[in-house]
Amino acid sequence: MIIAAIKPYKLDEVREALTAVGVRGMMVTEIKGFGAQSGHTEIYRGAEYAVNFVPKMRLEMVVADGLADQVVDTIAKTASTGKIGDGKIFVLDVAGALRVRTGETGDDAL
Amino acid sequence: MKKLLTLAGAGLMAAAIPAFAQNAALVPYVYEKAVHGGDIAWMSISTVLVLLMIIPGLALFYGGLVRTKNMLSMLTQVFAISAVVCIIWVTYGYSLAFSYGGSMDTYVGGFSKAFLSGVDATTLVPTFTNGVWLPEYTFIAFQMTFAMITPALIVGAFAERMKFSSLLVFTILWVTFIYFPMAHMVWWWGGPDFLAEQQTLKLIAEAAGDTAGAAAAAANLAANGLLWNWGALDFAGGTVVHINAGVAGLVGCIMLGKRVGYGKDSMAPHSLTMTMIGGALLWVGWFGFNAGSNLESNAITSLAIVNTFVATAGGGVAWMFAEWLLKGKPSLLGLVSGVVTGLVAVTPAAGFAGPMGALVLGLVAGVACFFFVAYVKNMFKLDDSLDVFGIHGLAGIIGAIATGILVNPALGGAGIPDYTSVPGTLQVGAYDMMFMLTAQTKAVLFTIAFSGIGSFILFKLVDMVMGLRVKEDIEREGLDLAEHGERAYNN
Repeated sequence: MIIAAIKPYKLDEVREALTAVGVRGMMVTEIKGFGAQSGHTEIYRGAEYAVNFVPKMRLEMVVADGLADQVVDTIAKTASTGKIGDGKIFVLDVAGALRVRTGETGDDAL
Repeated sequence: MKKLLTLAGAGLMAAAIPAFAQNAALVPYVYEKAVHGGDIAWMSISTVLVLLMIIPGLALFYGGLVRTKNMLSMLTQVFAISAVVCIIWVTYGYSLAFSYGGSMDTYVGGFSKAFLSGVDATTLVPTFTNGVWLPEYTFIAFQMTFAMITPALIVGAFAERMKFSSLLVFTILWVTFIYFPMAHMVWWWGGPDFLAEQQTLKLIAEAAGDTAGAAAAAANLAANGLLWNWGALDFAGGTVVHINAGVAGLVGCIMLGKRVGYGKDSMAPHSLTMTMIGGALLWVGWFGFNAGSNLESNAITSLAIVNTFVATAGGGVAWMFAEWLLKGKPSLLGLVSGVVTGLVAVTPAAGFAGPMGALVLGLVAGVACFFFVAYVKNMFKLDDSLDVFGIHGLAGIIGAIATGILVNPALGGAGIPDYTSVPGTLQVGAYDMMFMLTAQTKAVLFTIAFSGIGSFILFKLVDMVMGLRVKEDIEREGLDLAEHGERAYNN
């Protein structure tokens, strides 16, 4: 399984690139968090608020072992702007998978 | 304009032939009451425009500035205050503000018009022109909206923490003991025809050596509200509405104390989109407020409309650039806040200042209020949550004092109306800057003291009997759910 936190406006670009390399499904969540990019300041009539958590998109997808490296590369390439706050990618092993409609398991379920 | 020229001509004639004028004045002044459909139409539109300022204008302006969990409390407070004061107005409010108050007449009206007794479709009230009158119902409805908006302005100062039940009780007390007397003291007068009549009677009595008659007429001439007699000018409610509400708000936010988490939690506005819609509706509705205060549909109405455009634009632009320069970015909230600042500042000056004077007034008020709100307020750690004092109070004070300067015809102002030197025709009175500034400053200081002390007593009273503030866990949860049982946004 690959979990990636990316800049929100990069979502469509990443999705297109991933479908092109053969990813057939993913889960997307709007999240907030912080990493090296530590937030920004908002000013309302002189009242300043430090916004410590910045919005990101969290992508989760489970792919066959053979595809994993290519998926990580693709996300890293398309989500990159070279500036702070581009995000992170994590790779995890998955114990099993099952497609609810057909009952298929393992790679067939993906 | 044509009319003004005619008036000036008449004045000139009177000056040129003083003996003739004096003889002519010794005939008792008789007048007819003309009612113009155009005036009624304009005043009816103005009345609903002011309602538009309150709901949804002010409600959305304030609502957008609070956090999601308190959105409905803001909308409900403004809406409920409007409805409650509307009922109070027709039961005894109008009477306290605009009827003869007997021995207390200088300060407050009486109960002779309670439940609108004596008012019907044939009764009339004077305007600012001799011989031009308005149906009393028209005037009652228009002034009603002023009484409705003023207490609604106050709630921004203690937003997100006041108990709804206490707010309603406070509102009823506040309009009764503060607003109605203030309106009476500033706007209660006999009208142009009454003044002309009494002035003529006084001259006749004096010429005949009838000192008792002259004294009676003189007393009638002075039977106006306290601030009116000081010579203080307030075209559309700088003192009555804005300073009054601003000071009450300041007292309220100090007495209720800061919100839980003030200075620590983010209290960023939940929807500046709503605030922008509300602010824009305020500007639109304010034409009814300012130009409607002329009570007639004539050239001064148009002057008030032009002023309500340019001062407002000036306030918005000034705040925007000041913020851009000093805080780095021109924010929408800053622009809209500046617009409201300009509107407030031009309110007392709307029919008195010239357009260039109004523009300068807007610019000055925009910069001054920005400084107060962005720096001074934080220095004092005041949680005037939605800047009721910083915008309405301060811009009201600036506008009220500036009115005394900008009314000067030499600065393009309309001049001080004089109804008595040539009874029956409106003259532009001699301008004396020291006199005007003194009168305006006295009116401002009086309003601050009256509203400040009065509001303090009323807040204290409500606090002792039922408490002003919601419990801390309710405040954390948000007033929408705890006080009103609903939430603003369900997905």
